[in-house]
Amino acid sequence: MLSFVTRRIAAALGTLLLASVLVFLAVQALPGDVATQVLGKDATPDAVAALRGQLGLDRPAWERYADWVGGALHGDFGTSLVSGKAVGGEVAAYLGNSALIALVTVLFAVTGSIVLGVLAGLYRDRWPDHLISTASLVGMSVPEFVVATVLVLCFSVALPWFPAVVLYGPEASVGQLLPAVWLPALSLAVVMAAYIVRMARTSVIDVMASEYVTTARLKGLSTWRVVTRHALPSALLPTLHVIALNVAWLVGGVAVVENVFNYPGVGKLLLSSVQNRDLPVIQAVALVSAVVYVTCNLAADLGAMALNPKLRTRGRTR
Amino acid sequence: MTTLDTAPVAVPAPAPARAVRAWRTLRSSRAAVIGLSVVAVHVLIALLAPLLTSYDPIANSAGEALLGPSAQHWAGTDQYGRDVLARVLYGGRYALGVSLTATLLTVALGTVIGCAAALRGGRFDNVLGRVLDAVLSVPAILSLLVVVTALGTGPSVIVLAIAVVYVPQVVRVVRGAALAVVPQDYVTAARARGEGTWAILRREILPNITDVVCVEFAMRASWVVLLISSLSFLGFGADPPTPDWGLMVAENRTAITVVPMASLAPIIALATLVVGLNLAADGLSKAWGVDRIREGS
Repeated sequence: MLSFVTRRIAAALGTLLLASVLVFLAVQALPGDVATQVLGKDATPDAVAALRGQLGLDRPAWERYADWVGGALHGDFGTSLVSGKAVGGEVAAYLGNSALIALVTVLFAVTGSIVLGVLAGLYRDRWPDHLISTASLVGMSVPEFVVATVLVLCFSVALPWFPAVVLYGPEASVGQLLPAVWLPALSLAVVMAAYIVRMARTSVIDVMASEYVTTARLKGLSTWRVVTRHALPSALLPTLHVIALNVAWLVGGVAVVENVFNYPGVGKLLLSSVQNRDLPVIQAVALVSAVVYVTCNLAADLGAMALNPKLRTRGRTR
Repeated sequence: MTTLDTAPVAVPAPAPARAVRAWRTLRSSRAAVIGLSVVAVHVLIALLAPLLTSYDPIANSAGEALLGPSAQHWAGTDQYGRDVLARVLYGGRYALGVSLTATLLTVALGTVIGCAAALRGGRFDNVLGRVLDAVLSVPAILSLLVVVTALGTGPSVIVLAIAVVYVPQVVRVVRGAALAVVPQDYVTAARARGEGTWAILRREILPNITDVVCVEFAMRASWVVLLISSLSFLGFGADPPTPDWGLMVAENRTAITVVPMASLAPIIALATLVVGLNLAADGLSKAWGVDRIREGS
């Protein structure tokens, strides 16, 4: 089992390394020289050459890559071309704000969707199932900005309960941001829950049809006990993976929703840095999101292993 | 007794052609029929848009800005006085045109690469899997933004960007389906006959995974429509004044309290198209028994 875990972790690290190369190459492929960007179009060739030397742009690509990764490992992502501040600190500030949204979203989405999915699975082909399945189909079929717009229409315009836009910068405190977190989180949760509900429903149906659930029923256990003790643990296993994948998806979804609400999170930082061609920031955000994605997947795999003895033994025999 | 002796020999009914059989199973699924009809209606509307409205979707008319729904303008007008309904009807051209092209390219590339990976196996498969994992670990919206920033926002660039983002996922699905076909005897026989990879792929593997590829197409198309509209909404997709649903929501939501219909109309168009595609994907996969578990993006 230990070798399985280490192999899985090694694979994750390999993926990350490869992703960092891809991110570096992709950002290098962006047209427009950084030095020309900084100095403007009218800069003399001498000045551009001097700045290129100063920024180290005249060195070969692999040397710059090694520098970048080496720095990143120490938390040093370079300096933002726009604000002139250290990228690491800037990304961390925005990331913290996004984490707040992500946390609320995951809480909403996971609890809500598991309850709904299990209900739909238990009442298969009856009205609660039809209702929940239709709702999740619709939730899956509208983009985040649509959900966000509709929520603003309902809860900021018609009923002025929540702010429609955030007026604070990245340094805002949790207390200042808290009232503004709910609508973005709810928009993301609706879209995210739609997928988890479907997954939870399918696996509950599969498990309820299995022989050991029939056995548990024949033993005379109450439905509640059958569901909570026998069916749910195995039904939640495949759901776990979908949840992990969706947490990774949040990074992208957050970019859209944060722009709708002008929320100072990492998604907003990403868009503005793409607009300003702030290469060090783009690279840092991309790398951080790759780390989030790979970690979520790793956690899902290891979690599945902890819950499913079969996977553990397979790891041992292999 | 005599009936037994003279029982006519059952004449075997001619086996219906593949396409006919596929059509029959498809019709047995209500979800697939509804979904495909919705998509068909959208395609028709996009094609016939000039016949359905007399308004020009991009002509400004400052005197008629921000009107509510009326007999002249069923869905009202936007801040430039353009008829919202006309823009919604024409909007399907961009959404469907770009999405379907992008999905076709993505699924075609993904199918070829996925089948090749399943057929060749070994180191090729391993290296490919690692690279795809790495591509998948970068958020889709970021890859899209990088491609769009590098090459501009033309429709062809968006198609390319979508392919970059979604090919890895298609490859995974198709590879999985093809792996079930590769060990079959007829593939081994084809290999023994000395047929090339391409011939085996086209004649032995593809016909057996058509259903998976079709479901993948419908499902992928729904995601591509969503992604393209999000991109337009953020200002990286369709350029104004192109009529596009995502762009319209972005333009009209500032005036959402004045003319809510101007934001709602493109939202409804977008949602019905994607619901149609999702229903089609669900219905097809159930009708054809494509046992796939939908994963989150």
